[in-house]
Amino acid sequence: MSLAAKYPNEVEQILSKYPPEGRRSAVMPLLFLAQREEGYINKAAMQDIAKILEITETDVASIVRFYTLYHDKKEGRYRMQVCTDLPCALRGAEEFMEAVCDRLGLNVGETTADGFLTLEAVTCLAACDKAPMFQIQGPDGLKYHENMNVDKTVDVISTLKRKS
Amino acid sequence: MAYILLRHRDIPDLDKFDVYQKNGGFAAFKDSVTKKKPNEVTDVVKNSGLRGRGGAGFPTGMKWSFIDNKNWPHYVVANADESEPGTFKDREIMEGNPFQFLEGLALASYAVGANVAYVYLRGEFWELGAALDRKIAEMEEAGYLGEKLFGTDYSLRIYTHLGAGAYICGEETALLESLEGKRGQPRVRPPFPPSFGLYGKPTIINNVETFTNVPMILANGAEWYKSIGTSDSAGVKIFSLSGRVRKPGNYELPFGTTFRDLIYKHGGGVQDSRAVKAIMPAGASSSLIPADDKVLDTPMDYATVRTLGADLGSASIIVIDDTVPMTWLINKTVHFFKHESCGKCTPCREGTYWMSHLTERLQHDGARGDVDLLLNVAKQMQGKCLCALGEFSTMAVVTGIERFRNDFDKPVNA
Repeated sequence: MSLAAKYPNEVEQILSKYPPEGRRSAVMPLLFLAQREEGYINKAAMQDIAKILEITETDVASIVRFYTLYHDKKEGRYRMQVCTDLPCALRGAEEFMEAVCDRLGLNVGETTADGFLTLEAVTCLAACDKAPMFQIQGPDGLKYHENMNVDKTVDVISTLKRKS
Repeated sequence: MAYILLRHRDIPDLDKFDVYQKNGGFAAFKDSVTKKKPNEVTDVVKNSGLRGRGGAGFPTGMKWSFIDNKNWPHYVVANADESEPGTFKDREIMEGNPFQFLEGLALASYAVGANVAYVYLRGEFWELGAALDRKIAEMEEAGYLGEKLFGTDYSLRIYTHLGAGAYICGEETALLESLEGKRGQPRVRPPFPPSFGLYGKPTIINNVETFTNVPMILANGAEWYKSIGTSDSAGVKIFSLSGRVRKPGNYELPFGTTFRDLIYKHGGGVQDSRAVKAIMPAGASSSLIPADDKVLDTPMDYATVRTLGADLGSASIIVIDDTVPMTWLINKTVHFFKHESCGKCTPCREGTYWMSHLTERLQHDGARGDVDLLLNVAKQMQGKCLCALGEFSTMAVVTGIERFRNDFDKPVNA
């Protein structure tokens, strides 16, 4: 089903933010919309968006691959993206990541056996005074979790599982 | 001194519309739209000495005056892409004092004749973007945004637009490309945004913190703002302090405050009472400043920090102590730039890639000649990249090797 059929109000609202000559600007919010259900953007969704905006599928695909928050393959329902960049690393982020890997039984980049969570390392999230920290990217959005340790992390994941 | 930007630290609930309005909110905007001509607003900002707070420090009023009045429509864009490692000031502004930021954006739009403004937020500020949408709706409901404001002919709408995880989109022309729905890759400059910007139209782009100063400048006057800070750098700066300090966080202080005061008086000093080995004043894009008393007692403003062989940039002060090996540090920064390189220009795309191989190798002994080879690669990139990302990716490498050579001679096998 096309995005315009599934989310007519949102698609219209997105398109209304940009002038007619700037219609292509809508590609970014439309990609987030397409990513809502499965946590990734499949080929059909890229074709659909290309049609709405009158650009090529290659154009859409090149945008998906360029940006860190768009995904073109199915992985965990939720992505736990831990900042291991310089300021966080100066405050224990690398040790935190190792401990998380240990507790979850995952290497960075891997997904839990039940397909629930993928563990990723990312660059600076503008939370350098609250390290160690991570964000959880789910199909419908992003949430920060700051001043974390391994036990608190396990709590966050259990809560997420219960709510799902 | 009362806060000028982080006023939510003085006034509780300043992020609520009623509280903001009750505390002088929107008066500067209404006053300017109903009683001032657009260029009068620009003149006040020019005379205040306000410089861009995103990192380049370009005089703000001067930038606004460059807008091409022969080409319409005009646009204003707020750069809320905050992605420089060690920077988290714009986030606090938008969380705690969003209306002052939006009012500043509105004032800038009026000054340059724009009827549409966009806030380009990094994608990770997802919830913040949703909150800003609600604040914008409140301003519309109260008649501060929309058609024919305050009975005048001036109309203004503000829209948010989320990025999707790309540091390069903080570079103003890459931001415009991204906002236009393309890959966020910088343009060849000139032309610059005030002549050729969003959708090819004259556009003013400024950082969130820059805009947030504007309502206070209009309310209290250019002379007031100029009286704070130093003659080179007027006003206050939010210093994002991170790294090995006891109290990391945002500190709004007048320009001219010393590194020592920031780190020790405000930041609680260094963890475990260790010595400061180096200061990175501009986040990962910094030159490394070897710390000593003279450095620590240096007042922080754009011109004075330059005398230390570094740039203040976004004032994202990362404190490095004597437990940190420079080989480890530059491996971190180089990996950052390699990941974030947009790939458009050869020196950066290839250079960051090869530097990362060398810095990785230097972590594990390295081969003979690796340090000199790394220095060589970095120096070949300098002055040749399409934008500052490539240029700045070399700064910690070159200054690390040149100013902390001991750290590099040790791990390499003879």
